[in-house]
Amino acid sequence: MNTMTLDAAGAEPAKPESVERKAVDTLTKVRETVGQPLCDDAKLRMRNVNVFYGEAQAIHDVSLDIGRNEVVAMIGPSGCGKSTFLRCLNRMNDTIEGCRVEGELSLDDEPIYGPRVDVVPLRARVGMVFQKPNPFPKSIYDNVAYGPKIHGIASRRAELDEIVENSLRRAGLWNEVKDRLDKPGTGLSGGQQQRLCIARAIAVSPEVILMDEPCSALDPIATARIEELIDELRENYTIAIVTHSMQQAARVSQRTAYFHLGHLVEVNDTETVFTNPQHELTEAYITGRFG
Amino acid sequence: MQTPTLFALLLLLVLVAYGTGFSRALAAARSRGGMRNLSSLPSYYGLHTALWCGLPALLLLGAWLAFDDAIIRALVMNGIADKPDTIAGQNLLYAQIQNLAAGHLFGDASPQVQAAAERLSSLQSGSRNLQAALSLILASGLGAFAALRFSPELRAREKVEKVLRGVLITCACAAIFTTVGILLSVLFESLRFFQSVPVTEFLFGLHWSPQMALRADQVGSSGAFGAVPLFTGTLMVSAIAMFVAVPVGLMSAIYLAEYASKRVRAIAKPIIEILAGVPTVVYGFFAALTVAPFIRDLANSVGLQASSESALAAGLVMGIMIIPFISSLSDDVINAVPQSLRDGSLGLGSTRSETVRKVVIPAALPGIVGGVLLAVSRAIGETMIVVMAAGLAANLTANPLESVTTVTVQIVTLLVGDQEFDSPKTLAAFALGLMLFVSTLVLNFIALHVVKKYREQYD
Repeated sequence: MNTMTLDAAGAEPAKPESVERKAVDTLTKVRETVGQPLCDDAKLRMRNVNVFYGEAQAIHDVSLDIGRNEVVAMIGPSGCGKSTFLRCLNRMNDTIEGCRVEGELSLDDEPIYGPRVDVVPLRARVGMVFQKPNPFPKSIYDNVAYGPKIHGIASRRAELDEIVENSLRRAGLWNEVKDRLDKPGTGLSGGQQQRLCIARAIAVSPEVILMDEPCSALDPIATARIEELIDELRENYTIAIVTHSMQQAARVSQRTAYFHLGHLVEVNDTETVFTNPQHELTEAYITGRFG
Repeated sequence: MQTPTLFALLLLLVLVAYGTGFSRALAAARSRGGMRNLSSLPSYYGLHTALWCGLPALLLLGAWLAFDDAIIRALVMNGIADKPDTIAGQNLLYAQIQNLAAGHLFGDASPQVQAAAERLSSLQSGSRNLQAALSLILASGLGAFAALRFSPELRAREKVEKVLRGVLITCACAAIFTTVGILLSVLFESLRFFQSVPVTEFLFGLHWSPQMALRADQVGSSGAFGAVPLFTGTLMVSAIAMFVAVPVGLMSAIYLAEYASKRVRAIAKPIIEILAGVPTVVYGFFAALTVAPFIRDLANSVGLQASSESALAAGLVMGIMIIPFISSLSDDVINAVPQSLRDGSLGLGSTRSETVRKVVIPAALPGIVGGVLLAVSRAIGETMIVVMAAGLAANLTANPLESVTTVTVQIVTLLVGDQEFDSPKTLAAFALGLMLFVSTLVLNFIALHVVKKYREQYD
C-alpha cells in the first residue's frame, strides 16, 4: 500500500529515482483528470465531489460521468478513496458518523444529495453489492423477497414468487437453489452467497448497481461466474464496480477510472488505460511498480 | 501460647525464609555473573523457601485445630468410670465438664466431674503448647532445609507455579462445594418437610396459612401448606415487572445501539446502568411509600377498589429495577449484529426502523430472549421490593390491585424471629427455597443455552 501523502512529498527532499515520488510531484502540479471523465448519455453525473471524514479529506475534487448501460471500473491502490466515492452514489456514506460530501451528484439529472432528497427511493434505484457477501440470516426466498416486500412491489404471493425466481435466474443461482428456497441463505457457499446478494439487489429492479470489490472474498471459479454475470447484467443496468484486480477491470468494464490518494487521475476506455495509459501514475500502477 | 501470637511468629519465620532465599539467589547470581545464569528470578527462590517454611506448618495447624477437640473429648470421656448410656446424656455431662473447666459453673459438681474438668484443662493447655512447639519447629526446620538445599540449578519457578496452581484449584473447589452444600442442606430440610406435609398438598394446595399448633388444644391453627397462591403471586408480580421492563429496556437498547450518536451513548448508557446500582431496599421503600399509595389513590379516584399494598406497585418498581439489566444485555447483542447486515438492508432502500425491525432484531432475537430469561429469573428471586410493597396476604387472585405475596416474601416471614427448627412451619421455607432454586436454575439453563446457540451463528 502506498502510504505517502502529498504533504510529505513537499517536506522531504526529492529522490529523483523514485517513480512514485515523481508521480506524486506530477500530481501536485497537475490536478486535472487525464482522459475523458465526461460522456454524453450519462446516467450518473458527479461534478467537483469532495468527501471529508471529520477533518481528513478522502476525495479531492472528482468529476466523473457514468453512462447508461455501461460498466465503469474503479481501480487504484488501497485507501485511494474508490470505495468512498462509490458509496457516495447511493448515499451509503450517510451511515458513517462525521462523513461529509460536497459537490454536485445527480442520477438522471435529479440531485442525489440535498435537503429534500429521500434516500429510500434513491437506494431502491441504486442498488449495492458489498465486498463481503452479507445475506440476511433468513431463508434464501426471504433474502430475495426482502426488498420487494419493503417497497411494496409485489402485493400477491404469486407475484413475489415470480420476482424471486426471475432475480435468482438472472443471478445464475436458480438451478442451484430452487429445491431449497426455504433453507437459510447463510448456509450457501461464498460464491453462491454473493450471487444471492446480487439477486437480492436485482429484485427491487434498480437502474444502477454499485459493486464494492464483489469478488475479493471469492475463489477464481466463483469470480469467473460473477464476472460473466456482470457482463450479462450490462444489458439492463448501469454498473459501477470497484476492484483490486486489474484483470477483472479489463475483463468486465468499458471504461476504467484510476484513483490515487483521493484524486481521480485518469479515466479512459478500458483498452486505452491498460494498453496506452496517458498519466505516468496510471502507468506505474498498471505495470505493477507500486500499489 | 495463644493462636494469634503463633500466627504472628509463623509469619515472621516465613518472611525470614523469603528474605534468605531471595538474598542467597542474589548472591549466587552475583558470583555467577548475572541474573541470566540462575534458572529463576530471585523472588521465586524467596517464595520457594517461604512456601517450604510456611505451608506445611499451616497445614499442620489447620489439621490440629480441626481434630484436637474431638481427641481431647475422647480422652476425657474415657477417663470417666460411669458414663450415661445415651448420647444426649454424654453431651450434657461433657458440657458440664467444659463449663467447669472454663470457670463458668460454680457450685456442687461431683468429684468425678471436677477431676475430669481438671484433666480437660490440662489437656487443653498441653495441646496448645504442643501445637505451637510442633508448628514452629516444623516451620523453622523445613525453612532451614529449603534454604540449605538452595542451588542455582534448582527450578524454583516451576515448583512455585505448581503450588500456586494447587492453591487456585483449592479455591475453585471451595466455591463449588459451598454451592453443593447449600443445595444439599436445602434438599434434606425439604425432605423433612415433605415427611409431615405431602408433596401433592404443597404443590397443588390452594390455601397457604403456615401456622402450626403449639399445643394440641389450640384453636384454629391447623396449618395449610398449599403453595399455589405464592407461586401465582410470584408469577403475577414478575409478569407485571417484565411487562414494564421488556419494552422499555429493549427500546432503549435499540435507541442506544442504532440511533444514538457516540456522544449521547457515552452519557446515556452509564446513567441507565446507575439504575442497576440502586440497592433493592431503596426501590422497596420507593415502591411502598410512593408508588403503592399513588396507585391506590388513582384506582380509588376512578372507582376501583385497591389495597394500599398491591402487586401492581411491586411489579412496576421491580420492572424499573430490571430495565438496565435488559437494556444492557440487549444492547450488547444488538451491537454484535454485523454492520454488513445493516448495510445490506439500507442498501436495498429500507429505512432505519425497517432495518431494525426486519433484520437487526430477528438476528439478535435469540440473544435478546436469553437476556429476558435471565431477567425473569432475577425478578422471581427478588425479595426486598415485594416484602415492602406487595403485602403478606396469600390471596389467590388475578387482580393486580389486590395485595399478594410471593415465595421469597413467605420465606422471609417464616424465618424471621424466634423459630423452632423442626416444625413444618419453618421447614416449609426450605421447600419453598428448593422450588425457587429449581425454577430459576431451569430458567438460567435455558437462557444460557439460547445465548450460546446464538453465539455460534456468525462464527
